[in-house]
Amino acid sequence: MRKVKVCVIRTAGTNCDKETAFAFAKAGAESEFVHINDLIGEKKSLADYQILAFSGGFSYGDDIASGKVFANELKCKLGEELRQFVNEGKLIIGICNGFQILVKSGLLPGNANSEQDTSLIINDSGKFEDRWVYLKSSGKCIWTKNIPQIIYLPVAHGEGKFIVKDNSILNKLKKNSQIIFKYCDARGKPGSYPDNPNGSLEDIAGITDATGRILGLMPHPERHIEIHQHPRWFSLKNKKQGDGLGIFKNGVAYCRKHL
Amino acid sequence: MLYKIEVRERSGIFDAAVAGVKSDILDFGIKTVKEVRFIQVYTIEGELSVEEITKICAELLTDKVYQCYSVNPAAERNQKDKFIVEVAYNPGVMDPVEESTLKGVRDLGISGAESVKTAKKYIIQGKLSATQLKTICEKLLYNKLIQHIVKSGTVPSGDSPRLSSRYQFNLVNVDLLGASDERLLEISKRGQLFLNLSEMRSIKNYFKSLKRNPTDCELETIAQTWSEHCSHKTFRGKIKYTEKIKATKTKLIDGLLKATIMKVTQELNKPWCVSVFKDNAGIIRFDDLYNICFKVETHNHPSALEPFGGANTGIGGVIRDPLGTGLGAKPFLNTDIFCFGLPDYPFSKLPVGALHPKRVMKGVVSGVRDYGNKMGIPTVNGAILFHEKFTGNPLVYCGTAGIMPREKSFKKTNSGDLVVVVGGRTGRDGIHGATFSSGELTHESETISSGAVQIGNPIQEKKMLDTILQARDKNLYSAITDCGAGGLSSAVGEMAAELGARVELDKVPLKYDGLSYMEIWISESQERMVLSVPPEKIEDLLGVFTNENVEATVIGEFTATKKLELYYKDNLVCSLGMEFLHKGQPKIVKEAVYAPAKHREPKINPAKDLTPVLEKLLAHYDICSKESVIRRYDHEVQGGSVMKPLTGIDNDGPSDASIVRPVLSSSKAVIVSNGINFRYGFIDPYWMAASCIDEALRQIISCGGSLKEVAILDNFCWGNPDKPDRLGSLVRCAYGCYDAAVGFGAPFISGKDSLYNEYSEHGKSLAIPGTLLISAISVMEDASKAISMYAKDAGNLVYVVGQTYQELGGSHYYDLSGAIGNSVPKVKVKKAKALFDSLSRASSRRLIRSMHDCSEGGLAVALAEMAFSGGLGMDIFLSSVPYVGEKRNDFVLFSESNSRFIVEVEKKNQKAFEQSLKGKSFGLIGCVSKKKEFKVYGLDNKICVNAGIDKLKKVWKEPLKW
Repeated sequence: MRKVKVCVIRTAGTNCDKETAFAFAKAGAESEFVHINDLIGEKKSLADYQILAFSGGFSYGDDIASGKVFANELKCKLGEELRQFVNEGKLIIGICNGFQILVKSGLLPGNANSEQDTSLIINDSGKFEDRWVYLKSSGKCIWTKNIPQIIYLPVAHGEGKFIVKDNSILNKLKKNSQIIFKYCDARGKPGSYPDNPNGSLEDIAGITDATGRILGLMPHPERHIEIHQHPRWFSLKNKKQGDGLGIFKNGVAYCRKHL
Repeated sequence: MLYKIEVRERSGIFDAAVAGVKSDILDFGIKTVKEVRFIQVYTIEGELSVEEITKICAELLTDKVYQCYSVNPAAERNQKDKFIVEVAYNPGVMDPVEESTLKGVRDLGISGAESVKTAKKYIIQGKLSATQLKTICEKLLYNKLIQHIVKSGTVPSGDSPRLSSRYQFNLVNVDLLGASDERLLEISKRGQLFLNLSEMRSIKNYFKSLKRNPTDCELETIAQTWSEHCSHKTFRGKIKYTEKIKATKTKLIDGLLKATIMKVTQELNKPWCVSVFKDNAGIIRFDDLYNICFKVETHNHPSALEPFGGANTGIGGVIRDPLGTGLGAKPFLNTDIFCFGLPDYPFSKLPVGALHPKRVMKGVVSGVRDYGNKMGIPTVNGAILFHEKFTGNPLVYCGTAGIMPREKSFKKTNSGDLVVVVGGRTGRDGIHGATFSSGELTHESETISSGAVQIGNPIQEKKMLDTILQARDKNLYSAITDCGAGGLSSAVGEMAAELGARVELDKVPLKYDGLSYMEIWISESQERMVLSVPPEKIEDLLGVFTNENVEATVIGEFTATKKLELYYKDNLVCSLGMEFLHKGQPKIVKEAVYAPAKHREPKINPAKDLTPVLEKLLAHYDICSKESVIRRYDHEVQGGSVMKPLTGIDNDGPSDASIVRPVLSSSKAVIVSNGINFRYGFIDPYWMAASCIDEALRQIISCGGSLKEVAILDNFCWGNPDKPDRLGSLVRCAYGCYDAAVGFGAPFISGKDSLYNEYSEHGKSLAIPGTLLISAISVMEDASKAISMYAKDAGNLVYVVGQTYQELGGSHYYDLSGAIGNSVPKVKVKKAKALFDSLSRASSRRLIRSMHDCSEGGLAVALAEMAFSGGLGMDIFLSSVPYVGEKRNDFVLFSESNSRFIVEVEKKNQKAFEQSLKGKSFGLIGCVSKKKEFKVYGLDNKICVNAGIDKLKKVWKEPLKW
């Protein structure tokens, strides 16, 4: 069987690349760390990969705004290659800073002109916060097929409040089942802070594009691959794997079947 | 052309950052501010068309979803009840946003932009007096050391290449040969060299033998190398130590470090210690493939003056220590310990020139958050303590552990290797940091030493880290060290100590023109490392760095001349013998006297109901929850966390230590903990040292670790060692370290001292309490055997393990009544070690359900924390606590005796557990209950504490919930 190949893209300030690659390895894929300069300089090509992963971090220091400088670079320098990658039916995941990059480059939620329709802005608390959250999954996305309805993952960000340009964008997201994760309480009910850790509109934590192949989310599935990463594993019985692993397995399984 | 661009949020959008500013203003007691608005300002200089500037604004600087912009808006002026405050960086201060913004502009295909400066503009609406506005500006919005308020309608100045002057070479010689003693001291003082008379005389004699005067650069190089900060002359020099306890004893110590700290390691001679006291960090074995290294540093003086920048560059600096150890280690955890003044300290009592402790704390925490998070290194462990005596001089300890392949643990510079500087450019920042930290702080420090304050650029360091590790794995260099205090002068000087080096200072890449050769040499600009590179590998090496936009520049070569030779544009500006530079410092004999302090013994009438006392202790700043700080740090990045700093059913209980797996595919882990308690030092620094070591080690035990492979680090923060009483207590403390560490079998592998922590105001000197931090690191075979501190299940048994004594001296219980007392907690090291070993055997047999160490606040606080973190109640009987002393409930509950644990055991394991502790002091003192009530029955079996766990938790969480 051909190995599924993941391009874990790197630039100045990328920092969750190793654990993202580890998660993909656990899911059966092979990852390569690829610096953006090598793609722009054509030393490496996106054509060699089935999955493109934007991991967490602080690309270019999150200067100006989180993910902004990297998103700008992608649009200006790799726009065509990215469009082709998406058009070939391949997969993209953006986690935390990766989600911010996908949103700010217009890849999510996606429209004809790659215009930015949504944003992730400074948390209502005004602070960076690291805490675990419950997420309720919904919508149509290949990455979240058959995962449990409620999963538990950590967030660690200062700019994760999801907002939309106007209500028509929100309606479209709903109509197309593009809202994939919502923050909730332990029983899956909507909650206030800190259940919703950043003040996101309608508790939105992750969205997909119209095809369901590009997933962006603020929480970190790669930080909950094994049970010992759970903050209370000391009290858990009969848990075999972390809640985040299923997402990576889905991506890899999809590639095996379709690409 | 100069464009001023303002970006603001469209109306109707909630601005969280501004909400924080508003609440901070309320903290000053100013209630009249109705609204604050924030505007981000960019000033872009360059040949740019209107279309180009529009594109930059629309595509790059503005988020169209919620922001709008204006170009060159008309200057706004203060109006009635509306004040405009624009804060910009001072010239010479690095603006971290500039580089990425310029990159963004270039990516847009626009090449004409030359510089970008940012500023923050606040519009404050509300009735304010001039004094109130000044308070808001100076105490909240800016720090004059690095920033200034832009006058309305003007353009912020900065270190734009156009504004700085060119440097005209002019070799400066200093007349030492003809100088009298008085003059020598004046030269030292004027030049901020902090060299004493005997050192100045040695230098004079050295140059006499050369028959010439030194250049300014030579004198500076010697001052940097001989500074307390770099050479640790107190710890390595001679001390005449007099101890006046019962009888008076005097002895001469030749090298305190060798006689105490290093002696421990030498005597224990552990095979798993790989490299100790040699490199930038101590190295121990991790497994067959990897070694780990650990270093803790302090950054106290810079943090006192500019808390964000000080802590920011503190953490940035210590990260470069593992990176500069061996051939480079990858950092995988950070630890941060702080001592601050009291957060509710009245402004009116603040010493002149000192920042308020709350501001210091907020700034320091932000600085650590910014740098640690952006580096992608989890901040997993720490402590925060408070005392009035830290008001003018906070303590900021930053530590980093790294991991490296075993074969990358040693370095060797060879003659003929090239000297390569990588990372950030060199600017005028941080000049005199090393010597500045070797003197006391004064209320004038902020004006004299403002050059010593900097802010960091973590992304520069992250890029450098990524590329260095690639170059390491390709074997492209033979040695590496970091540019820390003393800059290139220390880094090159150290690497070339056995060889010699020739450096061309004009080759060093600069941030801007105008630096003299000497400034280049001693600048402490951040984010730089020096590599020693064999000439045949230079091309490959430079390729690795340029490919990821990191500058790497050859500036000279290592030689075999035993000389340090520096050139500026072919002019020789320094030629010093390595022998003199590194071994010529005169050993002076310092006087040290230790006499124990006598404190008032408080008379406290024991209350029948001790519930209110427990609540007060839980709300004590030292003891209360630090959750609001911990959550601001990413403590899970890299994915290795096994024991997080917060745990329990609501993820908010206080873990005793942190456990991290640095290799995700392995079940081996690293436990990291710390012991610090300056209060015991008020009574006896010897027992403070023993207590700190006991605390750091028992935290490792209580997380399921063992003493088998534990290494420790020492960090002494002390007052002026030239004053015999300060040095006397330091010596006594070092002996405490020796005795306890040898007894526990825990070798020191590295350490650091920060002396001269005094704040003098108009001639009156206020010393900090001599404070020792012990950091411990331990390798854990199987992470799945980790034990957390929160109560697990109702019905389980609760034990206290270890003997309680009537040791309330320096306790937090006494502190509640403003007393210190005299009965300091001691450590019976042999007994303690045997106890620790038994407990770790019990935990590796999985007999323990939860375990918590008893420290600040004693049994009562430890038990309460376990109960409320687990969401369960407890019934506890003091009559079963093994206790020696006056029979009082308060003493048993609040004594801070060392070497004690609370252990939760399932009933089915009772026998096996008790068997495993045979012959040790322990007592079955109660059980976990389903009812959410925390009940303690006193020595007379009558209830003495009775509280709901939710209430206790609330009290504990409230004080620092900012």
